[in-house]
Amino acid sequence: MIMKRISMAIAVLVMALLAADGLYAASVYKIGGIFSSTGRASFLGDPEQKTMEMMIEKINAAGGIDGVKLEAVIYDSEGDPAKAVSAVNKLLHKDKVLAIIGPSTTPTTLAIVNFVERAQVPLISCAAGVKITSPVKPWVFKTAQSDLLAVAAVYQHMKARGIKKIGVLTVSNSFGESGKHQLLNQAKDFGLEVVQADSFGAKDTDMTAQLTKIKAAGPDAIVCWGTNPGPAVVAKNVKQLKIDLPLYQSHGVASPKFIELAGDAANGIILPTGKILVTGLLDGSDPQRAILEDYQKDYNAMYNANVSGFGGYAYDAVNLLAGALKGSGGDKNKIRDALESTQGHMGTTGEFNFSAQDHNGLSPKAFVMVEIQNGTWKLIK
Amino acid sequence: MSDKLSARSRARIENSIFLAAVILLGLVTENTYYLQIMTFIGINTLLALGLNMLMGYAGQVSLGHAAFYGIGAYATAILSGTYALSPWLALICAVGGAVLVAFIVGLPTLRLSGYYLGMGTLGFGMIVNILFREWSSVTGGASGFVGIPVLEAGPMVFMSGKSYFFLVWAVVLAAILICRRILRSRMGRALRAIHDGENAALAVGVNTHYLKLKVFMFAAALGAVAGFLYAHFVLFISPESFGFMVSVKMVTMVVIGGMASIWGALLGAGLLTLLPEVLHGFAEYEMIVFGLVLMLVMIFMPQGLTRGFLDIYHASRKKRQ
Amino acid sequence: MQEIIQYLFSGITTGAIYAVIAVGLSMLYSSTELINFAHGEFVMVGAMAMVTFWVHLAWPLPLAILAAMALGCTLGLLFERFAIRTAKASNPIVLVIITVGASIFLRGTGMLAWGKDPFSVPSFSSHESIEILGAALLPQSIWIVLGAIGLAGGIHFFLKKTLTGKAMVACAVNQKAAWLSGIPSERMAVLAFAISTGCGAIAGIFIAPITMSSYDMGTILGLKGFCAAMIGGLGSLWGAFAGGILLGVLESLGAGLISSGLKDAIAFILLLLILYIRPGGLFAAKEAKRF
Repeated sequence: MIMKRISMAIAVLVMALLAADGLYAASVYKIGGIFSSTGRASFLGDPEQKTMEMMIEKINAAGGIDGVKLEAVIYDSEGDPAKAVSAVNKLLHKDKVLAIIGPSTTPTTLAIVNFVERAQVPLISCAAGVKITSPVKPWVFKTAQSDLLAVAAVYQHMKARGIKKIGVLTVSNSFGESGKHQLLNQAKDFGLEVVQADSFGAKDTDMTAQLTKIKAAGPDAIVCWGTNPGPAVVAKNVKQLKIDLPLYQSHGVASPKFIELAGDAANGIILPTGKILVTGLLDGSDPQRAILEDYQKDYNAMYNANVSGFGGYAYDAVNLLAGALKGSGGDKNKIRDALESTQGHMGTTGEFNFSAQDHNGLSPKAFVMVEIQNGTWKLIK
Repeated sequence: MSDKLSARSRARIENSIFLAAVILLGLVTENTYYLQIMTFIGINTLLALGLNMLMGYAGQVSLGHAAFYGIGAYATAILSGTYALSPWLALICAVGGAVLVAFIVGLPTLRLSGYYLGMGTLGFGMIVNILFREWSSVTGGASGFVGIPVLEAGPMVFMSGKSYFFLVWAVVLAAILICRRILRSRMGRALRAIHDGENAALAVGVNTHYLKLKVFMFAAALGAVAGFLYAHFVLFISPESFGFMVSVKMVTMVVIGGMASIWGALLGAGLLTLLPEVLHGFAEYEMIVFGLVLMLVMIFMPQGLTRGFLDIYHASRKKRQ
Repeated sequence: MQEIIQYLFSGITTGAIYAVIAVGLSMLYSSTELINFAHGEFVMVGAMAMVTFWVHLAWPLPLAILAAMALGCTLGLLFERFAIRTAKASNPIVLVIITVGASIFLRGTGMLAWGKDPFSVPSFSSHESIEILGAALLPQSIWIVLGAIGLAGGIHFFLKKTLTGKAMVACAVNQKAAWLSGIPSERMAVLAFAISTGCGAIAGIFIAPITMSSYDMGTILGLKGFCAAMIGGLGSLWGAFAGGILLGVLESLGAGLISSGLKDAIAFILLLLILYIRPGGLFAAKEAKRF
């Protein structure tokens, strides 16, 4: 039985090792990052993390902020709320960061909101959910456009085309659920009727059953709300079932990857997107164009990859934070106040105008509608 | 030397060491991050303890145990969050609910055996998880449930790292004592009989089905308590925290720690909670290393870490002699 | 009516996918009495290998298929040799946990090898869907169903009619007795593993054109395949096949007629009811009692 006690002693030892604390003071501004760099939502987290690393490097190369260098501490949440909680506590209490950027998804953000509020550390989330900033929480901001605005943009376009009845198909995760909520809620405001609403699993291999059901309800158009790869399967299935209706998708698939996945089936699909996808098509006078081109050039040079709107959320978050850090002397209260009073900040996603009532700060102008034609984006004016 | 001690006093010594270690760690540790990890280890230990009773002693594998964890968490979230019930009343409802569900589900499911029992429990876990996701008006759906209140008892507020650490580990200690008591009782002997040979146990008059059901309900209750503690600690829950992979992780904790061993549950829960934290540095290689560690431990210590370490200890002692 | 036929077609397509996966699992069980929880990851390897060999390297289709299969078999072989055989665990649950570890390991390796993005693979034959009674049937669905029948038939023939196959079954029934009668049981186990993981890879090859392939596609597919194999009755190849089709059709009908959000739950409730009524699965050859 002495052995039992030994194994117990080992268990205790492991815990004791943890108790050893490694604290050191440093004359840098430590910025935390939590992104779903791997796992289901890696298409969000991966470009976000890369963008943040790139931006921090860029700011440091230019001499830092008020002469103080930035240091990024980034953890991977794998899109798992429990892992995000673990990461946020590490950032707050072990790394002792000044502010946090991320997480990438709505559930991971909501999971850590309580912790940053309690610790009074500013958080700039890169997730889309309306719940994050409504109701407003003092320390929580976000740079991604709310799905509220995306749905409004889609419905505006439908209304202009004279569409009356729609079928809704959403993915059964937080992105699709939040989108479905907005789609059902706002339909009346635009004189639309949702005749059939269905959902599909994020890893489903075939959505023909749902599409058949929607087709039978006789809508004028179908809206699919999801993130890759599901919507690409939907696009293929629509074509295979020979459903001859306009297909709308969400900003969740606004990346070249979607066109690659859906192939020919992508043609004719209409979706809302941040301007980042169509930088080259924007008017020269568009105030966002210069910023977007900058971001694209830097990202391309560093990672030899194309930018996406998702990485743009992190780009804006870092820039907003850098602006707020200026003159703050590393005081979290000052950073928060500076963030809240940011006005007219031009970012990749749109123009940010924060206030005590609005911690997202974007207007519907943050979205443009595009149509996919011959494997490329075409701006709808 | 230790053989002179009776099983009971040995247990008492073990418990005292454990208690002292918990108190010491709680007092010494100031960093909230480490306290939080140890709190998670405590919550996972509760899950592993319950499942260990079911797997290690009653010999029944459950691949859907995260369902009870989720039922506990959602019950308290909905009752105390939406309906403003006292969380302590919610705890009673959560545990009662989980036990009731375990009874209803266990009645037909525990008649299955082997992989079929695995499949039955897996299916149950999936159904419960889908309900968490789809019943969005009540559970908050896939986006999760926001607005779980902080635990309070009189002047005590269980919020900061330390108070919650002690709360969770006090519950773990209580659970360990209950498990020991059960194992010492007539029921414990009957359980071991089932594990050694179900038919033989049946032949000597053990009502195996009833007994398995009782253990299943007990494991469900511990799972619900763990869910309750998780919900009021993180203050946010979403369906993915109670999915199939979580069930698999629990089974892994039990097996890797060592089945039919109370300290094994603690060791398994500790390892599987700590490993991802330690592996953070491996970034992209994290999954590969985690999978490898899991395989290597099981290949070289098929009896779990508890027995594995003991064997190493014995071997080294033999060498010395 | 037209809708119902379409639901059935959709269900059979998805079901055939589950069936191919289940057949591989069932085959391994009938020769080693082990359930491989990493089976879904071998499906992923098959699908991703198609992305590399056929789409990126532009090899001819038959060669790409062969290469993907070979990759699946080789990995299975290595897995059996270095993990399962070394383990020598008496408790099957330990072996199951090893396969869980392997699935995490393979997923991690897949992520490193192919990245995190999903890929799409073109259909084997022309894109146009065939119309039957107003419902559309995808050519790739026919490929999958034929593939599933071919696989189940081929393995059935192998296990029942060839000497090696019979020897393999003998090992599962009683390893010591088989060894005494001169069957090299270790070699049989390796062979069973290689064939089973090869089947997994074949499933991936057939699925790739229907859906999108990514490093994390395997888990849920492996799970559904496991369910299908259980419903059919472990160790019964045609049972696994039927279980797969049944699961797919139930999901599709559930989505079409009741609620798409609850489709998996509906399917699982019915599956549980079947298990309660027939605890050994629909086509159980014998009751599985291990663990």
